Amino acid sequence: MLISLRWLRDYVDIDMSPHELAVRLTMAGLEVESVQERAPGFSGVVVAKILSVAPHPGADKLKLCLVLAGGEALRVVCGAPNVKEGTLVPLATVGATIPGGFTVKRSKIRGEVSEGMLCSEDELGIGDDASGLMILPAAMKPGEDLAAALDLNDVVFDISVTPNRSDCLSVIGIAREVAALTGRTLKYPAAECSETSEDITTVTSIDILAPELCPRYTARIIRNVTMKPSPAWMRMRLESVGLRAINNVVDVTNFVMMEFGQPLHAFDFRYLEEGRIVVRGAKEGEAFVSLDEKTRILGADTLMICDGVKPVAVAGIMGGLNSEVVDDTETVLLESAFFNPSSIRKSARLLGMGTEASFRFERKVDPEGVIRALNRAARLIAETAGGSICMNYIDQYPRKIETARDIMLRMSRVNDITGMNIDAPTVLGILKRLEMDVKELERGVYSVTPPTFRVDIEREIDLIEEIARLHGFDHIPVTIPAISSVSGAVPKKQMVETELRNVLIGSGYTEVINYSFTTPQSVEITGLNVNDERRKFVVLKNPLSEDMSVMRTTLVHGLLETMRKNVNLGNTDLRLFEIGKVYIAGAGEALPAERERLGALIQGNRHENGWHFKDAGSDFYDLKGCLENCFTGLRIMGISYDSRCREPFLHPGRACYVKKDDRVLGFLGEIHPDLRRKLDVKESAVVCELDCNALVELAAGAVTYRDIPRYPSVSRDVAFLVDETIESATVIGIIRAHEEVLLEDVYVFDVYSGKGIPGGMKSFAFRFTYRAPDRTLTDADVDRVHSGIIERVTAQTGAKIRGSGE
Amino acid sequence: MRKGLETLKRQALDEIAGAHTGEEFLAIKTRYLGRKGLLTDILRALKDVSSDDRPLLGRISNEIKEAISAEIDGALARLDAEGASDALLRERIDVTLPGRAVRYGTIHPITRVMGEICEIFSQLGFVVAEGPEVELDYYNFEALNIPRDHPARDMQDTFYISDSVVLRTHTSPVQVRTMEKQRPPVRIISPGKVYRPDSDVSHTPMFHQVEGLLVDRGITFGDLKGVLTYFLRRMFGEETVLRFRPSFFPFTEPSAEVDIRCVMCGGSGCRVCKQSGWLEVLGSGMVDPEVFKVVGYDPEEYTGFAFGLGVERITMLKYGISDIRLFFENDLRFLTQF
Repeated sequence: MLISLRWLRDYVDIDMSPHELAVRLTMAGLEVESVQERAPGFSGVVVAKILSVAPHPGADKLKLCLVLAGGEALRVVCGAPNVKEGTLVPLATVGATIPGGFTVKRSKIRGEVSEGMLCSEDELGIGDDASGLMILPAAMKPGEDLAAALDLNDVVFDISVTPNRSDCLSVIGIAREVAALTGRTLKYPAAECSETSEDITTVTSIDILAPELCPRYTARIIRNVTMKPSPAWMRMRLESVGLRAINNVVDVTNFVMMEFGQPLHAFDFRYLEEGRIVVRGAKEGEAFVSLDEKTRILGADTLMICDGVKPVAVAGIMGGLNSEVVDDTETVLLESAFFNPSSIRKSARLLGMGTEASFRFERKVDPEGVIRALNRAARLIAETAGGSICMNYIDQYPRKIETARDIMLRMSRVNDITGMNIDAPTVLGILKRLEMDVKELERGVYSVTPPTFRVDIEREIDLIEEIARLHGFDHIPVTIPAISSVSGAVPKKQMVETELRNVLIGSGYTEVINYSFTTPQSVEITGLNVNDERRKFVVLKNPLSEDMSVMRTTLVHGLLETMRKNVNLGNTDLRLFEIGKVYIAGAGEALPAERERLGALIQGNRHENGWHFKDAGSDFYDLKGCLENCFTGLRIMGISYDSRCREPFLHPGRACYVKKDDRVLGFLGEIHPDLRRKLDVKESAVVCELDCNALVELAAGAVTYRDIPRYPSVSRDVAFLVDETIESATVIGIIRAHEEVLLEDVYVFDVYSGKGIPGGMKSFAFRFTYRAPDRTLTDADVDRVHSGIIERVTAQTGAKIRGSGE
Repeated sequence: MRKGLETLKRQALDEIAGAHTGEEFLAIKTRYLGRKGLLTDILRALKDVSSDDRPLLGRISNEIKEAISAEIDGALARLDAEGASDALLRERIDVTLPGRAVRYGTIHPITRVMGEICEIFSQLGFVVAEGPEVELDYYNFEALNIPRDHPARDMQDTFYISDSVVLRTHTSPVQVRTMEKQRPPVRIISPGKVYRPDSDVSHTPMFHQVEGLLVDRGITFGDLKGVLTYFLRRMFGEETVLRFRPSFFPFTEPSAEVDIRCVMCGGSGCRVCKQSGWLEVLGSGMVDPEVFKVVGYDPEEYTGFAFGLGVERITMLKYGISDIRLFFENDLRFLTQF
């Protein structure tokens, strides 16, 4: 909200610099976001002395003047009747701007050069006298800047008012805070009305049919107004806070709204059928044209101001075109009311019409300030539009609006909450400066009645906040609470995620964070089956864009998009990972299932370019190796890789489910060539996605130490010739099937097909390690077990022995 | 004879000085000191010298023998060492070529800073608590004293899933969920993603917050100041100047925004701090009694404070990043800097 320092000074004396004031307000909770110097609506205008006046040879009504404005004397053509030698007047010099966006140029007027323009008050927008030149006090110095000479420069504060402080949505509200902070007295503007003998009750009536939504409605009638522009002082005030001047009556309603924070509305009385006001709910589907000439379709909840027949305003939000004050308006009905805040808020949102008025009503206006604002505005209309005010006002107040309950305040509680040791006189002083009534109930306990404009103060804690705020948070001591003896252990989830991150970055993977939103197209791109639960999107009702309209159900799509973006940027040989949630809509559940996932992707060459390594494309086994390290790091044993994986977006021959026993933890595989086409990427990639929640469950806690073996081991190598479709895990499964105690380890050390191997076959070379914990094994010991294993493998797989050794 | 010995010595040393190879040295040794060598001949002739002269000449002869012998041995040893060194030098490598690096990745800056924040608070006894990101309107707003149709809802634009379900706009719902499950004392920190429909150079529709809550008997606003002062000085340095400024949050009272003296300009005013010299980094306040009532805590018995901070904001200040959207564009040229 913009607040002008000059306007503020109408109500409170301020003897600190604008900057200091900004800091004081900010530290009292009224955050000043900016402090701007504001010049009047002109620039380049200086004080000029008229040295001589001569007739214009080409025009009777014009004069040729020689003026002094600092430097050399200037020739200026002027048509004003009061131009006179020796007087001081404003001169808009060449290049000056004056209100209306007009720039003064060197010109020839009827053949005579004019080096500037002498101005009236009206032309400069600082007064209403347009009859002649503005005559300046003789003490001014020719050449001086006029804005400075007349002290017209202003300072405008942009203040961010928090939603609880509706009382500060006005100049007087801010002035009141300044007064409370500095101990100065607040000066209220005059609001007394001089009335005619015509009683308002003989002219109009008010009926409130919806007292819950409109507990108070007040009105005055002003007759014989003359519609015209407002006086310059009012226009300047309105413009200084960013409001546009319209006409004298409308400007008064805006001026008083800014002054007191009470929105007002002026109706042209002749358009009110039956000459009366009825406040009621709208009819469902009723159409109404508001002041901005837009047609609004109303809902039954919307409160309307009506005449005897039809709606004339959306209550508290905007007037209607049908009853607007216009050029020939003579009688005005002025409204000042209190509307139910949440009802106004609902209607304003429903109609998409946030206005200065609705903003204040929905934050709650001072229910007892309604009359003062009404009177102030009536007085100003009479002043600026020359109207006469009918006797009395109507005050329909069917529902008492709750205000200013007495609140009990305990001194002990003030100190318990703040940690201060503040004394009673200080507290009472603060409350008094805030216009609160205080009665002592017993020692250290008070009954406090806040002023009606402080609609936010209802509880003891609200008072405590006020005390702390005005006393200054700086006066609150800095203390450290005792640390509870049971310090929190790091949750396992955090430890697991930290371990995963450590392994992944150690393997060259960079962490990314993608938006949780994605496009619904993602499931089409990945070709998910119609029954796949990853199609159960959590859908946003108000997304920023279609691309971000659902919550993601997999991390893979985001990783692939990140890959595409980076490859397009020229970043290659990518290794990426993300740890984050996916969201699966539940059937009937209020909230979706949120599952923590680990996703990773590898693309491009295994090594960065350099002299050590020749280009070698990364593949399935690179990412698999990294996952194996993750499992080792988490001490999860017995992970298997099941090639019966049917993820539609993975290469069917190069993908697997990652399993622990029968539980699927996720998938790993090369992306399907079709997906590359759909994503429009040339490169292939290997991706995986694992269920982090499962990893947290499975991760082992403490390590159990095993003795280092004391006796030597015996190794045997065997190469089997097997069908090329046989997987190593199958062979190792057979080898391990009997859980031979002497077999310490077995692994594949070579896989070969090609020259020397029959077509459709491959050679699988295994290294067996045998060891006994309590003795040195003999060849006979090993042979017994080893030959049994070999027989089982050959019998069950049809393998032939290609060679063996020790 | 003595003169002959001196001549012999000089002659031998000259030859040694002129020799280069091992063979040459060995030949010199044989020629002078061998069984039929020149010096040996002289020594043999000693028996013909008078017994008066014999001891002196004998001593000189021995000295010469040792001198020649030592000179040749020294030369041979040097020759050996040079030979070995030459052989190793032939195995030389180019030490200026780059090393065989193991690739390493980087942690996302948001994860890193979030970790630092949690670490500082965990040293103060705060434990991590989590809650859902797709949240009931009740936990996100109502239980936090933000009723429907209340202007306080304007403070946070909201993504809606349905009338009663939203994407959480802050991490504060975790406060309520935690207090519902647990009696005081409560000391939690809750990092996570939050969402608001906003997108420009300083807003992204998804961002990260860390929420903190401490509830116990006798907790005061002074404790709030103490804990947050400790945190900000750990985060931004011991010299960090901060101020607590009254503000409004529906679920805390009294409420305070916490500003630090601008880390860019030191308080003189710049673009980053919008000329104010201060940077807003935290929202905080004493837990509002209404919130305690919702979770069944007695506000007369317990007091506490809560705070929330934007991780992106802290990260941007820490690293001097000016566009928040960079965090989620995932350009490797950005990410690998951290």
